Amino acid sequence: MESVVRRLGAWAIVLLLAIIAIALTPDSGFAIHMGIVGLAAVIVIIASMRSYDPLAKVQGIFKMPPGPSRYDYDVVRWGVIATMFWGLAGLLVGVVIAGQLAFPWLNLEPYFNFGRLRPLHTSAVIFAFGGNALIATSFYVVQRTCRTTLAFPQLARFVFWGYQLFIVLAATGYLLGITQSKEYAEPEWYVDLWLTVVWLAYLAVYVGTIVRRHEPHIYVANWFYLAFIVTIAMLHVVNNLAIPVSFLGSKSYSAFAGVQDALTQWWYGHNAVGFFLTAGFLAMMYYFVPKQAGRPVYSYRLSIIHFWSLIFLYIWAGPHHLHYTALPDWAQTLGMVFSVMLWMPSWGGMINGLMTLNGAWDKVRTDPIIRMMVLALAFYGMSTFEGPMLSIKAVNSLSHYTDWTIGHVHSGALGWNGMITFACVYYLVPRLWQKPRLYSLRMINWHFWLATLGIVFYASSMWVAGITQGLMWREYGSDGYLVNSFVDTVSALHPMYVLRMVGGLMYLSGAIIMAYNIWMTIAGYQRAEAPMGDTAHDEAADRPILPEPQAQPAE
Amino acid sequence: MTLYEALRHFADSYGLAVIFALYLALCLWHFLPGRKAHVKAAKTSIFREDDND
Repeated sequence: MESVVRRLGAWAIVLLLAIIAIALTPDSGFAIHMGIVGLAAVIVIIASMRSYDPLAKVQGIFKMPPGPSRYDYDVVRWGVIATMFWGLAGLLVGVVIAGQLAFPWLNLEPYFNFGRLRPLHTSAVIFAFGGNALIATSFYVVQRTCRTTLAFPQLARFVFWGYQLFIVLAATGYLLGITQSKEYAEPEWYVDLWLTVVWLAYLAVYVGTIVRRHEPHIYVANWFYLAFIVTIAMLHVVNNLAIPVSFLGSKSYSAFAGVQDALTQWWYGHNAVGFFLTAGFLAMMYYFVPKQAGRPVYSYRLSIIHFWSLIFLYIWAGPHHLHYTALPDWAQTLGMVFSVMLWMPSWGGMINGLMTLNGAWDKVRTDPIIRMMVLALAFYGMSTFEGPMLSIKAVNSLSHYTDWTIGHVHSGALGWNGMITFACVYYLVPRLWQKPRLYSLRMINWHFWLATLGIVFYASSMWVAGITQGLMWREYGSDGYLVNSFVDTVSALHPMYVLRMVGGLMYLSGAIIMAYNIWMTIAGYQRAEAPMGDTAHDEAADRPILPEPQAQPAE
Repeated sequence: MTLYEALRHFADSYGLAVIFALYLALCLWHFLPGRKAHVKAAKTSIFREDDND
């Protein structure tokens, strides 16, 4: 009781501070954000005051199994639902902004123009979709591989809900025009501070759970998750060092200036790719691919080499984002060299994942979840080849600032991150909701092909667009002047932008099919359908062709 | 010598050597003869759990 009162008091103070901030601030966006914080405090206060538990009611809507199980899956289930929700939202915004680039009249000033929706898309897919998938799977994997429940169950719930508040503040901020203009780090200082608190709580839960494990060895997936959590904490804090103009306003200025600021930003930006979108998702790969295939990882030693090579190499690769800028030449070369070196451990990891299927390759035909995992690994391999290639200065002089970069990012994000996350969610849902199987395996097949074709449309149209752009920008005539103006390249790219939108629509439709499939699984239905991978079998024809004994001529 | 120069000379001499040695040690320690059983146990540890809970 005493702890409930203390908690109520703390949240009442939060509410009071939010109201004071709303009253005093001249900044309308900041006032709206403080309103959201106040609303969150009110929700928590009502939830802890009422005798009934509103969360339990919502859990009833999502048919979460009640009562204690061996592991603490509650927050994992919430994470899976949040992953699905934010995934749909992020992909939808992606299709909208792809449409805006092809058809400019889709820009609705001021809240829904490209400049504001674009960070909404990137943050929704990376941090909301990917982040929730990472939180959910990490809490699942760490409990099972350590054979213990979460160390601080209340803190784990705070991590999940606190992270959702971070997403809401970030997303609304972009639409209101609140940004510190750093790619993938757009939220302003107070949202950054909140994320730091949530992230340290995440670290505490994760490390606490590992410390109380009942298993001598820490499985390699946990190494990757831990590297992801620790490195993101470091990157986030350093890159967001800033001084707010006022404690009652959203605007702040970075602690760094000029080229130092740019380098810090891309040290952060590239390692967000390296540790959020690579290390974290590799952790998923190292647990869920062996589990789904039913055989251990191809080489555990290779996975350790993969891990340490990524840790030691990735952190230096950031400067390749600043080729041919004011950054010193040696720093650009350093970034390029480390990016090229990264190719080998990345392919080591890809081979390790693919070879896990050695002896079980038939599952690619019969198990659509395995097929998704194989495609994810194939795209991990492709984009970790394309990345080092693009980081070479000579290639970069053609590709930089063109849509080739966008194509590269999306083959990694849609192909690797998206597909491995979908596969993990398909794996998790029947287990978390205690169902015998998914609603439909054939719908996964539809999802697989829609997503795959969508990526092909997306990546190939962006390759063509990027190379077209790069070549048109650098084309000189015999008079020594540039041949094309910028707007010439824009009109040349129009068909490619439409094709890209088609690809995005296909990927989104696959995700909608998935959401329906997941929803029906949770609701407890199972679709009556023919099993996957049945081969036609003709009993009569299934006999060896024996040489007919020749009729012996009579003597 | 400025602090910057001192740090950068440390970084491309002793610092580089220490980090490189650390990297090799971390990558190779599990190839020691005695580690084989541990690596094997770790590799299959995710299958020892009970799928019913």
